Amino acid sequence: MSEHDDPRDVGLPEERRIEGIPARPDEATQPRVGVDSWVASHEERRQQATGIGGRIQDWWRRTPPIGRLLVFLVPAIIFPLVSNSGNIYRYGILTLIYALLAYGLTIVVGFAGLLDLGYMAFFGFGAYAYGFLASQHTGRHWQALLVLPVVVIATAALGIILGSPSLRLLGDYLAIVTLFFGQAFVLFANNANRIDFPFFGEVDLTGGAQGLEGVDPLNFFGYKISTNKGYFYVALIMMVLIVTMLHLVNNSRTGRAWRALREDPLAAEVLSIPVKRLKILAFAFGAAVAGLIGCLYSSVQTLDAPGDYDIGLLITIYAIVILGGAGSLTGVIVAALIVNGVPELLRNPNNGRYVFYLGLILVLWYFLKSWKRLLIVLGGALAFGFVVYGITSLVWDRGTSGAPVADPETGANWLATAISHWMVLPTNATQIANWAYFALVLLIMASTLMSGWWRTLVLIPTVWVAAFAWENLLFTPDQINGPTRLLLLGTVLVVLMNARPQGLFGTARVEIV
Amino acid sequence: MQHVPDLISIFFPPWKNWSFFWDLTVSGLTRGSIYALIALGYSMVYGILKLLNFAHGDVYMIGAFLGWFMLQWLGGPSDPFISGWFVVACMLLFAMLGCGVLGVGIERFAYRRLRDAPRIAPLISALGVSIILQSSAQILFGTGFRNYQTETLVGFSIHNVGDVFFSTVQLVTVLLAGALMVALTLFVARTRVGKAMRATSFDREAASMMGIDVDRVISVTFFIGSALAGAAGVMFGLVFGQIYNLMGFLAGLKGFTAAVIGGIGSIPGAMLGGIVLGLAESYATGYLPQGSTFHDLYVFLLLIIVLIVRPSGLLGTPAIQKV
Repeated sequence: MSEHDDPRDVGLPEERRIEGIPARPDEATQPRVGVDSWVASHEERRQQATGIGGRIQDWWRRTPPIGRLLVFLVPAIIFPLVSNSGNIYRYGILTLIYALLAYGLTIVVGFAGLLDLGYMAFFGFGAYAYGFLASQHTGRHWQALLVLPVVVIATAALGIILGSPSLRLLGDYLAIVTLFFGQAFVLFANNANRIDFPFFGEVDLTGGAQGLEGVDPLNFFGYKISTNKGYFYVALIMMVLIVTMLHLVNNSRTGRAWRALREDPLAAEVLSIPVKRLKILAFAFGAAVAGLIGCLYSSVQTLDAPGDYDIGLLITIYAIVILGGAGSLTGVIVAALIVNGVPELLRNPNNGRYVFYLGLILVLWYFLKSWKRLLIVLGGALAFGFVVYGITSLVWDRGTSGAPVADPETGANWLATAISHWMVLPTNATQIANWAYFALVLLIMASTLMSGWWRTLVLIPTVWVAAFAWENLLFTPDQINGPTRLLLLGTVLVVLMNARPQGLFGTARVEIV
Repeated sequence: MQHVPDLISIFFPPWKNWSFFWDLTVSGLTRGSIYALIALGYSMVYGILKLLNFAHGDVYMIGAFLGWFMLQWLGGPSDPFISGWFVVACMLLFAMLGCGVLGVGIERFAYRRLRDAPRIAPLISALGVSIILQSSAQILFGTGFRNYQTETLVGFSIHNVGDVFFSTVQLVTVLLAGALMVALTLFVARTRVGKAMRATSFDREAASMMGIDVDRVISVTFFIGSALAGAAGVMFGLVFGQIYNLMGFLAGLKGFTAAVIGGIGSIPGAMLGGIVLGLAESYATGYLPQGSTFHDLYVFLLLIIVLIVRPSGLLGTPAIQKV
């Protein structure tokens, strides 16, 4: 046994070696660089998952990037062949467009760490520019191969113009200036059909609240794309191109500089990284991607309507970027599937009910982290529901006379029937459901403040009230497509930021103080 | 020489029609004092937490709705149980109290855990809260407009000082906003809690080492800021009549703009910024091309110009980045 095999040898001279320090447990396997690296890798080791999830993670980490892309690409190529046109649009094209937008936003938010809340304006600008150059409304019909580069360059230029003044400021100002810019764009698009320019007279730029209608389909080398299937593949090709580009950029000199900028702008500047130029580059790059996707979206919709580029879409895309973990390329696709797919499933009441109760159980499991308590909460909520139902049916006639929301074509399925024997479903429930919603918010807040068995106890009525509010208020046809969807997305943002800021697939940042 | 007034009026539009100018000024002051109240909340929270509270505009919207509900509970605008101005006082108090509690709750549940997180995390959490409040309002109150019917409630009378005409409600709004601002200034300058707020805003960690309960100070800040936003919401309802669930978004942006123009983190700056912004918006509506449609765009341009010319705002001190 030579001198260097001594586990306590940390490179110190013989006489200064401290006696009594136990050997590191993993010293035989770890490279002996010094104690610091062992301490620094603490976070990483703590995060190493075990079990099936851990094995999948390990496998995923070892797969080369091409393989990872194929995992998503192969099902995506098959999907349109086995699905109908409506589903290709709702689940396929929309998911791809969301994912593409989220990739564009990843450049700005994930790589460079700039909070750009006006991103939808670039998307809208691209869409309107495409419509302006190629649509029935304006009477111009430029070739797509000409329009796309023009629009991309114009959007990038707009990104530079907007970025330059904002980047003189502290990071937070950027957020609100860009948010304002996004709103200004919507306002402009809504009203720019009758601007009275000096010398030109009245000019119709955007078609006003009606939008630009009759936008030309994409047209490459004389081949006109007219079906959803065709657009799906165009979007898929765009995505492969953009993902590849992002992957390469992320591992390039610029990508590393962006990451340095994101982690600590001041330190980056001290290292003579051209901070401002890189910020504007990220801004312009993200804007250009948004412009390109705008062209695609515009031609898919054959219409540019101002409402499409409003805050709702912004929240959706942010939810995708944040859920996937800012900066993670894999996460974006998965998150886009979740964020677009779940609300689409919710549209059908029978599917929506499965999604809701499954989601509820998953969330409970995540927060309770114990099978026993999960069973107690669920069993308690069931019992609580039956007791409340029994009492209500005795004392309040109207309380149990309503019917659960069901699919208008196939009627109530087994779950809806079961729910109608457990949940109090009053007719004309609006008023009481509003109070239930209020109570739900209070109960959720109370349960986050408590811990241990108290939390488990409070969760029993919380689950029941959540189900009540869902069945009687949030799930009603008026709410499900609009506000409930936004409510869920907003909740995802807040909860995720508080519970797991790095998102589903992001890596936790080591905060060095 | 007849053309001289024409020439002047091209560059200085009020020249030909002063009464229009005074109308715009009065409406701008009214708007401005509402913006100033919103801006104060933004500015105070930013001063202490360095956080842009996106949800602030939606707290203001909730305040307007709370005021409306109080009005209904007191018997509605046409037949209240008590006299009109007393109803207004109740509405203001209720909205301020409700919004204050809401603000404290938002801080407790959405921001507190993120105090030392990377800067982007609380911003996104705030965005989430904003969306939650907006869609909750849509779920609970619907998308329709609610009307305060101020004329039925307190009557409608016009007063004038020379050429300047204004209504009682406008006068009350401006005076009340001024009174709230004076009260806030005194509170921050003279009381113990105010001193603690200044200390926390100066250096949170040092303040906590000096025995200041930072959590409590931040809660108080959120309470006061949100209560002011609630008051602003009720005032908006009283002056402009109609409230709806998306009104908070743009108002929040304007409040922020006002805070930036005045110098974010500075309390007198927020007041000045609000008034400047209100006047600018009003004059833009009156004098700039297509102002009634695009006044928000002009406000946005004003924000950009201020940020370029004087990034620290009118009364703000240039930010020194500490390492």
